Amino acid sequence: MTIRRGMFMAGVATLCVWTLLPIYLIAMSAFGGEPVVNAWPKSLWAASLSFSPLQAFLHISGVWLSVLYSVEAACLCMVVSILLGAPAGYALARYRFRGATLFRLFVLLTRAFPVAILALPLAVGFIRLGLYDSPIGVGLMHSVLAMPFAVLISASLFQAIPRELEEAAWVFGCSGPKAFLRVVLPLALPGISAAAIFAFVISWNEVFAASVLTVRHKTLTAYLLAVLAESPLHIQFAGGFILILPSVLFIFLVRKHLFSLWGIAGR
Amino acid sequence: MRRGALTPYLLIAPATIFLGVLFLVPLVQTVALAFHADGSLSLGNFTRMAGDINFNDAITDTFEVVLLAVPLQLALALGMAMMLRHVRRGRDIVLWIWSIPLGISDLAAGLVWLAILTDRGYLNTLLFHLGVIPGPESWLTYETPVALLIAIVIAELWRATAIVLVILAAGVQLVPKEYAEAAEVFGASSWQRFIRVTLPLLRPSIQTALILRTVLAFEMFATVLTLGGRNFPVMMSEAFNWQYSQQNYGVAAAYAVLVMAVSLGATLIYLRVLRTPAAQLP
Repeated sequence: MTIRRGMFMAGVATLCVWTLLPIYLIAMSAFGGEPVVNAWPKSLWAASLSFSPLQAFLHISGVWLSVLYSVEAACLCMVVSILLGAPAGYALARYRFRGATLFRLFVLLTRAFPVAILALPLAVGFIRLGLYDSPIGVGLMHSVLAMPFAVLISASLFQAIPRELEEAAWVFGCSGPKAFLRVVLPLALPGISAAAIFAFVISWNEVFAASVLTVRHKTLTAYLLAVLAESPLHIQFAGGFILILPSVLFIFLVRKHLFSLWGIAGR
Repeated sequence: MRRGALTPYLLIAPATIFLGVLFLVPLVQTVALAFHADGSLSLGNFTRMAGDINFNDAITDTFEVVLLAVPLQLALALGMAMMLRHVRRGRDIVLWIWSIPLGISDLAAGLVWLAILTDRGYLNTLLFHLGVIPGPESWLTYETPVALLIAIVIAELWRATAIVLVILAAGVQLVPKEYAEAAEVFGASSWQRFIRVTLPLLRPSIQTALILRTVLAFEMFATVLTLGGRNFPVMMSEAFNWQYSQQNYGVAAAYAVLVMAVSLGATLIYLRVLRTPAAQLP
């Protein structure tokens, strides 16, 4: 190994540490609880780590429910954006039709607008519909954010599946929908589940809209933001760690699809 | 076999209707709300917004963070994407680690850096052991605006470089290695190859990444609130305050329109400055 190669590897390792160390440190703060958070000077390895600070956090009144609301909103966002987005993606991939470019542009456009511009009037509209202050309203709002990804990702997925396979199924007597279900869908499923996971993460992480659209039934992000000013640091760190946990797991699950998720969705 | 010409329209109809109701309608409503005051068309909300004590700070703070963070993110992500090409073993793991922040929310990222930068945090412990400071020191208050700005830029850098990296790395994959190899044959140094060959070919990816990142950067909200609280107002936190604490939807809408205008402005600049010359189109 040359010196150049060694320096290169050191650079790669430094960037890995730069990414991972902060996560390790908040994990210390979350598992260490109050004694570790208040300790001075700190040590890199805390002696008294346990699950009890996290349990204590989840037992604070309202916290467990807010986790539940977050999961509800995220699941709704996942289902709505895929169920509505994937068919549109299929249409973009398989058909040439008037207005296809316009539709693609319209979908892309939704991503160029700040979330504030949508969330503020929706708060008013949702009050009328009885969706204000409910995870359903939050999930619907988040579906708007996830929809462009669902459409563009599934379009690129379907495009990658040879049309000939579908046509062969027709020749063998499958109807259009049956050919889709038996031949195309199984091939597209891994990619579509990656897009679904991504939609879940978008909703799970979103703060602004969730805060504006809820008062008492707050999702976890909205809850943490609301109590930011008055809760002690170890509570905040426990909450932060619980927020991070699923995200890290999800990125691991979709790591093979990261490029297609972003590389193509970016075009 | 030919299927009905209606099929594609039926397939895009649900998504179109959904986005029409939950995207187009609110968009129009916000703009209408912003330009209405006391029941008539007026700029009242904007004058009230601009006259507010926090307005100037919110604008300067937002632009300071965006102008510092976005170029640094681009440079860092470019470096990482180039490094990734030369990682021989464990490339997948390195890419996974580097893209972890992609899944981390701005709120969680703010809390992560709060754990490091708070009075009794890990940074102060390090500085203490190095003998720089005698004891716990506050960095995130009103009296230390520069330190607070640096803290927020670092948190943004940690959280949001990943998205730029993934877009650029996907773009790098599309660039044929033959170009750089040809340049090498003609005696170009590795720096020249990067500047003259790789960078121009990456232009579309850079444009996409910059547009996406800048639009999101102008929306920064939770990271800033966790680290700076009310000491560091930005456009989105002001919109939130007007909406939620002051219950003044008009001024909140005016801020939303301002954020939109700034984002669109930045997008147009990128589209012009970084457009691919017609001669280079495939």
